[in-house]
Amino acid sequence: MTTRIDARFASLAAENRAALVCFITAGDPDVETSSALLKALPAAGVDVIELGMPFTDPMADGPVIQAAGLRALKAGQTLVKTLRMVRDFRQTDTDTPIVLMGYYNPIFIHGVERFLDDAKAAGVDGLIVVDLPPEEDDELCLPALRAGLNFIRLATPTTDGARLPTVLTNTSGFVYYVSVTGITGLAVPDYNKVAQAVARIKRHTDLPVAVGFGVKTAADAAAVSAHADGVVVGSALIATMAATLDATGAATADTVRTTTTFIEGLAAGVRGARRAAAAEQEAMIP
Amino acid sequence: MGNHDKPNSYRNGPDPQGRFGQFGGRFVAETLMPLIRDLEGAYAAAQVDPSFAAEMTDLHTHYVGRPSPLYFAERLTEHCGGAKIYFKREDLNHTGAHKINNVLGQILLARRMGKTRIIAETGAGQHGVATATVCARFGLECIVYMGAVDVERQKPNVFRMKMLGATVNPVQSGAKTLKDAMNEALRDWVTNVDDTFYCIGTAAGPHPYPAMVRDFQSIIGTEVRQQMETAEGRLPDSLVACIGGGSNAIGLFHPFLDDPEVEIFGVEAAGHGLHTPAHAASMAGGKPGVLHGNRTYLLMDDDGQIVEGHSISAGLDYPGVGPEHSWLKDNGRVTYLSATDKQALDAFQLCSKLEGIIPALEPAHAIASILDLAPTRPKDHLMVLNMSGRGDKDIFTVADHLGGM
Repeated sequence: MTTRIDARFASLAAENRAALVCFITAGDPDVETSSALLKALPAAGVDVIELGMPFTDPMADGPVIQAAGLRALKAGQTLVKTLRMVRDFRQTDTDTPIVLMGYYNPIFIHGVERFLDDAKAAGVDGLIVVDLPPEEDDELCLPALRAGLNFIRLATPTTDGARLPTVLTNTSGFVYYVSVTGITGLAVPDYNKVAQAVARIKRHTDLPVAVGFGVKTAADAAAVSAHADGVVVGSALIATMAATLDATGAATADTVRTTTTFIEGLAAGVRGARRAAAAEQEAMIP
Repeated sequence: MGNHDKPNSYRNGPDPQGRFGQFGGRFVAETLMPLIRDLEGAYAAAQVDPSFAAEMTDLHTHYVGRPSPLYFAERLTEHCGGAKIYFKREDLNHTGAHKINNVLGQILLARRMGKTRIIAETGAGQHGVATATVCARFGLECIVYMGAVDVERQKPNVFRMKMLGATVNPVQSGAKTLKDAMNEALRDWVTNVDDTFYCIGTAAGPHPYPAMVRDFQSIIGTEVRQQMETAEGRLPDSLVACIGGGSNAIGLFHPFLDDPEVEIFGVEAAGHGLHTPAHAASMAGGKPGVLHGNRTYLLMDDDGQIVEGHSISAGLDYPGVGPEHSWLKDNGRVTYLSATDKQALDAFQLCSKLEGIIPALEPAHAIASILDLAPTRPKDHLMVLNMSGRGDKDIFTVADHLGGM
């Protein structure tokens, strides 16, 4: 079965460019602003949307995304409201893939089957659940695949050759390569190592590989997109948005526009960098 | 899983997936998975290596001061007028609590694995002090994450950790208590994967931690079996211990789980009362969910967001509990009770005055339950309380509540 995610990566491959994958936290700083930003992402150049489901205890996230989640929760964001945002988005955009990203507990409490039904009905295409490694595939991954949703897995620098096949089994849509060990938004990746890692993953799978963690500027985005099928930007985007908020953390007139302007720059970086052919890439690696 | 679903043994868990029934598991980010698998392998190897056990026994004897005494609490027994009450004196261990039993095991394991940097989370500070102590003993770098609120209310322990050469990092995220300290320690571990060992302080977290910490703490129950045999010529009739994450309790309980004649009671912190939101009784007032690497009973709202626990005791105000306790609650082998802040404060004072033992506020919750349980049992009933720590660290908290005394 071909999902919106498969279709999007296929059409970008035909254009020989990488996907710009952007992460925002649903409901940050409030559900209206967040909905407006969500709807503005495709026109700003976002190819794939990662919509964060806020959680009180985001163990893999750095301070920027932690703060985004807390703002959203304080404003009353819930899983049901996040799914409603996706449903509203789908009224006007039926092509841009949306991946829900978060932690397992809110899904588990909503009920796995009910969550999958609701997500599918709302127009969600895939899931990234940070605290569900392959060892816990029975929990959500396998039911999600049966429901026709992509389940996107994170591969990391600690995922060695012996473990990679385990990580790739039951992964679909794309592989999200976390370019540094650590939490979101902090360390800067070493692009040589990133290129090697992407090539290593591609030897094990035909799935597109998107690279994230530490991508902050249009230049970073361009550098990563030369080596990968997608470049993920999260913390830098949220930090840009957060800088427009007033002293109480509320949205201002500039919030959506400043954020989309930043994204337009990232998109230009990604579109300007043509992807090296896979064979060339392999040849460059010592 | 209901009360009728009785396993053949209560002591075989967890299964190879790290599950105790539906509880436990390995709910962690991919970055940590290879580390957790390594740890599982290293622990399995250590368990069958006689030199590991020998090194541990030597340190228990000469460094910790084990075995800790089993003490007949004569005046408390008279006061209650029922069961004969014994205290297992974990408060007499080096560093003043049961925590060092676990830390010693984990640090010896870290050394075997060639790790040089130790991180830990701490609530009341007892686990942080124990970790800082053993790291000092072995010349290892030690970083302790502690909620900023706990740093404030447990100052003596913060000072002790610093004296022992540890770095104490106050955690400003979330509610600035134990759960946030654990988040921050996990963030550190995910960042420093090569040289760092995460020394978790309770029988919770991703597999193999709940089983490993339980095994290191089970020396408590193993000693009680021998000591009670010597003192009374038989097994105890009941066991009582407080439950935060539950490591002191599982350490006392586990060797007795397959002795059906032994009644077992765990005591959670009811804070201002179970009818209020201000408590930390995750089994009495929570439901099963997933946090910090395992499925277990948690305090949360209807949307699955974790809520803060409250207890006068910084060691009990974690919004979760070790997964084996969740399983023992659901299968009915252990009865879980609770005690409020006020009941714990009263028990703290009573124990100090009757026995000349100032208990930590954590076991004061267990003493509070004993004041209800002991009078209902006959005089030949042998009841063992785990005196899991001493109360020196709590005297200022108690003084504040009692109006300065």
